[in-house]
Amino acid sequence: MRLLGDDILTEEGEFIINMGPQHPSTHGVLHLKIWLEGETIKRVQPHLGYIHRSIEKMSESLSYRNFIFATSRMDYLSAHMNNEACALAVEQGLEVEVPQRAKVIRTLMAELTRLSSHQLWWGCTGLDLGAVTPFFYAFREREAIMSIMEETCGARLTQNYMVPGGVMADLHPDFQKHTKEVLTQIKDKLHEYDEVLSGNVIFEQRTKGVGFLSKEDAISYGCTGPMARASGVSCDIRKLKPYSAYDQVQFEEILDTGGDCYARYMVRMAEMKQSVSIIEQLIDNIPEGDFQAKTKNVIKLPKGEFYQRVETARGELGVYLVSDGAASPYRIKYRSPNFSNLSALPHMAKGAKIGDLVAIMATIDLVIPDIDR
Amino acid sequence: MFLKEYFGTIYKASKSLLTGMKLTGYYFFHPKEIQTHEYPDNRGTLKMADRFRGEVIMPHDANNEHRCTGCQACEIACPNGTIKIITKQEIQPDGKKKKRIDTFVYHLELCTMCNLCVVACPSDAIVMGQTFEHSVYDKKQLKKVLNKPGSKLMEGVE
Repeated sequence: MRLLGDDILTEEGEFIINMGPQHPSTHGVLHLKIWLEGETIKRVQPHLGYIHRSIEKMSESLSYRNFIFATSRMDYLSAHMNNEACALAVEQGLEVEVPQRAKVIRTLMAELTRLSSHQLWWGCTGLDLGAVTPFFYAFREREAIMSIMEETCGARLTQNYMVPGGVMADLHPDFQKHTKEVLTQIKDKLHEYDEVLSGNVIFEQRTKGVGFLSKEDAISYGCTGPMARASGVSCDIRKLKPYSAYDQVQFEEILDTGGDCYARYMVRMAEMKQSVSIIEQLIDNIPEGDFQAKTKNVIKLPKGEFYQRVETARGELGVYLVSDGAASPYRIKYRSPNFSNLSALPHMAKGAKIGDLVAIMATIDLVIPDIDR
Repeated sequence: MFLKEYFGTIYKASKSLLTGMKLTGYYFFHPKEIQTHEYPDNRGTLKMADRFRGEVIMPHDANNEHRCTGCQACEIACPNGTIKIITKQEIQPDGKKKKRIDTFVYHLELCTMCNLCVVACPSDAIVMGQTFEHSVYDKKQLKKVLNKPGSKLMEGVE
């Protein structure tokens, strides 16, 4: 396409603006090139690569114990699930049996991470749509979860707690007590979330009917996670192909048929309640025993290909691991949920207004480092 | 009919706004229920969790002795090349030569606090410290030597 004038007007009279890469509502270095006619969006083109750190290539020179730490930096809000996916893929090759205690600990940690991730998303959605107060309410509960992480795993965000064979350290003696306190706090406060944002008339008008994604489109764009479930696609890996201790707990897969921003919002709000219920079922039934299976000092996987899927807070993360029998992986490929979810953005934003684009991006719940890796 | 709907919408809208305002108003008059830490002011009482990973440190006892044998297991375990151990041959009182550490170089600027070195250490020579205020004016100050000058290997650690 030939550009005229100051490179901002096309021949058809469309106005081109750039959103990002340092725009407050893109939550990171996402660059969107937007073709506008008036205030209506004609076309959106995401430009990627601003935060590419070549984690996949880097992992090829690291041992099977070492490469896991880097995945915390992909989707940093679900660091536990990323680490778990890698650990599970390596265990698949090693054919070790993970102790029951480690499985339950992994599930507990993953659900706590999902809660904290959804809470941050809830706060940021409010922030993007002009409500600053929810952010502080969300971070109040999130801070409590973060201190649990700090206490048991040693870090707040990039925990690196999952190792091949189990978890790195045993639970902190106070873990159960503190987790129960946090659960009571969250259950007390979840109704506030609905009062301050869900029922708000301005919020409803900005999200209802905005950014519609049909079931067929969600499947063809490869969307996963709450985004696809809001369009009615059943895709929860925890249900379809249970890993860790998800086969021992009862929970519902939240489905909605709305397909718009409000449906995506409601799916995540309901998922928070499901996460609380999963943690409640497990917190009193942590089996005794080892927290880590015995593995060799230098891990070598047999020749072959291993694939592991987990459900992160944003969707399905796949780890594809090729081994040539050496002490480090021959090739690693991550199928990250955010990349596929972002691919549906141009479709959803077509014909919407600029303000709607912010609402759409907020409810996709993008984490940019996961797109580029 | 139209009027009823019109005023119904207005009523519902104002009600939803007031519900939210009631909650924010409650917290406006109960500021202590929102927890915020006044960080630089609470330095004296701020205690980090025991397992908090701030930096790698090498504990020395009262006799200036550490537990590091110089096996370089941590150097191999580190994904980023943060640790560099320089060893030397030390002549023991009985005349035998033994490998001892000369300098244990730790690059804080490369460290991601992943804890893999501490897990790999067979003699518990290094642990994670709880300090977190690492900012300095010159990046050369981030390169640290962990073994104290004149320190020796602890008796009985092999």
